[in-house]
Amino acid sequence: MTTSERAVEGHTIETNLHPRPKLRKSKPCYSDWFWGYLMIAPTMIGLGIFYLWPTIQTIYFSFTKWGAFGNHSWIGLENYKRLFHDPVTLEAFKNTLIFVVITVPVGIAISIIVAVLLNQKIKGLTVYRTLYFLPVVTMPAAVAMVWRWLYNSDYGLINQFLSFFSISGPRWITDPNIALYSVIIVAIWSTIGYNMVIILSGLQGIPTTYYEAATIDGAGPFVKFFKITLPMLSPVIFFVTIMSLISAFQVFDLILMMIGPNNNAIEESQTLVYLFYHAAFVVNDKGYGAAIAVVLLIIILIITAVQLKLQKKWVHYE
Amino acid sequence: MPNASKSSKGLIHIVLIIGAIIMVFPFIWMVLTSLKTFGETTQVPPVIFPEKFQWENYLNVFNSLPFLSFYWNTIVSTLAKVIGQVIFCSLAAYAFARIKFPGRNFLFILMLAVLMVPGQVFLLPQYMIMAKLDWLNTIQALIVPGLFSAFGTFLLRQFFMSLPKEIEEAARLDGCNHFQIYWHIMMPLVKPGLLALAIFTSLWGWNDLLWPLIVNSSPDKMTLSAGLASLQGQHYTNYAILMAGTVLAIWPMILIFIFLQKQFIEGISITGSK
Repeated sequence: MTTSERAVEGHTIETNLHPRPKLRKSKPCYSDWFWGYLMIAPTMIGLGIFYLWPTIQTIYFSFTKWGAFGNHSWIGLENYKRLFHDPVTLEAFKNTLIFVVITVPVGIAISIIVAVLLNQKIKGLTVYRTLYFLPVVTMPAAVAMVWRWLYNSDYGLINQFLSFFSISGPRWITDPNIALYSVIIVAIWSTIGYNMVIILSGLQGIPTTYYEAATIDGAGPFVKFFKITLPMLSPVIFFVTIMSLISAFQVFDLILMMIGPNNNAIEESQTLVYLFYHAAFVVNDKGYGAAIAVVLLIIILIITAVQLKLQKKWVHYE
Repeated sequence: MPNASKSSKGLIHIVLIIGAIIMVFPFIWMVLTSLKTFGETTQVPPVIFPEKFQWENYLNVFNSLPFLSFYWNTIVSTLAKVIGQVIFCSLAAYAFARIKFPGRNFLFILMLAVLMVPGQVFLLPQYMIMAKLDWLNTIQALIVPGLFSAFGTFLLRQFFMSLPKEIEEAARLDGCNHFQIYWHIMMPLVKPGLLALAIFTSLWGWNDLLWPLIVNSSPDKMTLSAGLASLQGQHYTNYAILMAGTVLAIWPMILIFIFLQKQFIEGISITGSK
């Protein structure tokens, strides 16, 4: 729908229908149309200019090569061929996968445990919840800074603590074999609170009668957890998993701020989005950057499609 | 809700307390480090409490970078995005949920499509738009793309859909038009949704790094998160100053969270159930 069409519609309504009679539902209600288009206009125009059209442009850019003066030429699938042959990019793929495959399940498992513990009618629930949630409201750039300090190989508290037991700690963020895993720990630390809050509210929605009935049948806490809690919680866990997957694939802030471009571990720990940022905005290789973004788009679309398929099979709705 | 026995409750508390320490300790260490001298930060074994609080570290941060501008840019752009999204998203959400018009489903699917696309896909063309408008290094570059949100529209639509039809019909009989129904009747009823959206938008707005880093490179137009990145570049090893900058960047959001924690928790739980 273009702006002009919408304006025309608005116009006809004002001239013909202004002293509006009560319209019956079966007939097209032009006043409804007018308000409908008018009310979605700001968002749809904004999304069109800043989101939809850019998506199409990025897909187009991914087939082009950019010169120094903003001129670009069509090179077909060259960027994609390069992407799947460049060892640096393949490494970034691998790093992203490692990051996602560890962060998401471990993070969610810990969140479930914390949520279940908090759901035991214990004292100080709000205090615990607040403390666990603090990292969520802290900007990732700041989280990265603190952890870089804790991880510092010479004066960082973690290695100082280890040396207390005469263990010489690793170079957490400059050792290429370890850096990515150090970032993973921080990523898990900073998302537990978010997932825990959503899971906890899911837990609170499970009727107590289920547990009472199970107690009468002589079920222990583990049986209850696996036979009642987990199945009843499956929609929430599913939601949390999908959200975590999507955001884990897009990790950037922590990599930039904890590892950074001048670190010799960067190649072994950079992720796809970091590589995208580097290609598109640092070395100005826009076409290649766009191709990386499109690959990311495809990954996210696959996750969404799998989600829609699995949701029916796996998730237990009441 | 399962009710645990007394001894197991003690055990639960121990586990939760250990967890809480792991969650909070980095913040405590951040504040302690920010008040130490450079010498104290590099001592082995570590100094836990600074001998004298070095408030100059904070002054030093303000002297090396325009942190006041960072605050201004972050607060203004976050507020603008929150207000813009609450208005624009709720308008569109009401229309998608409550009004029948041709092309509604098609437009809604277009909007859902935006929801599926990861943010990086938009960045390059968005940057080019900003460059073309000559908006690089301006505050509107931080704001304008963030005024529109597919997520916000989708979230609020769920709220508008859950309201009973009778409210609307009564209002229509009284001669209200859609805007009046939206503004006077429905908006007060979807307040929890608006609050959830406002919380999400302010969190994302305050904490976002990639977009501000790309569009605004001149220090007086940076946000706090991008400012932290350049502080890190300037004082690469002086962690007393780096931690002072970090404290300065995060305290407002943490304070707001502590005051509005009930709303934060509710807002976030709501998205899980919608």
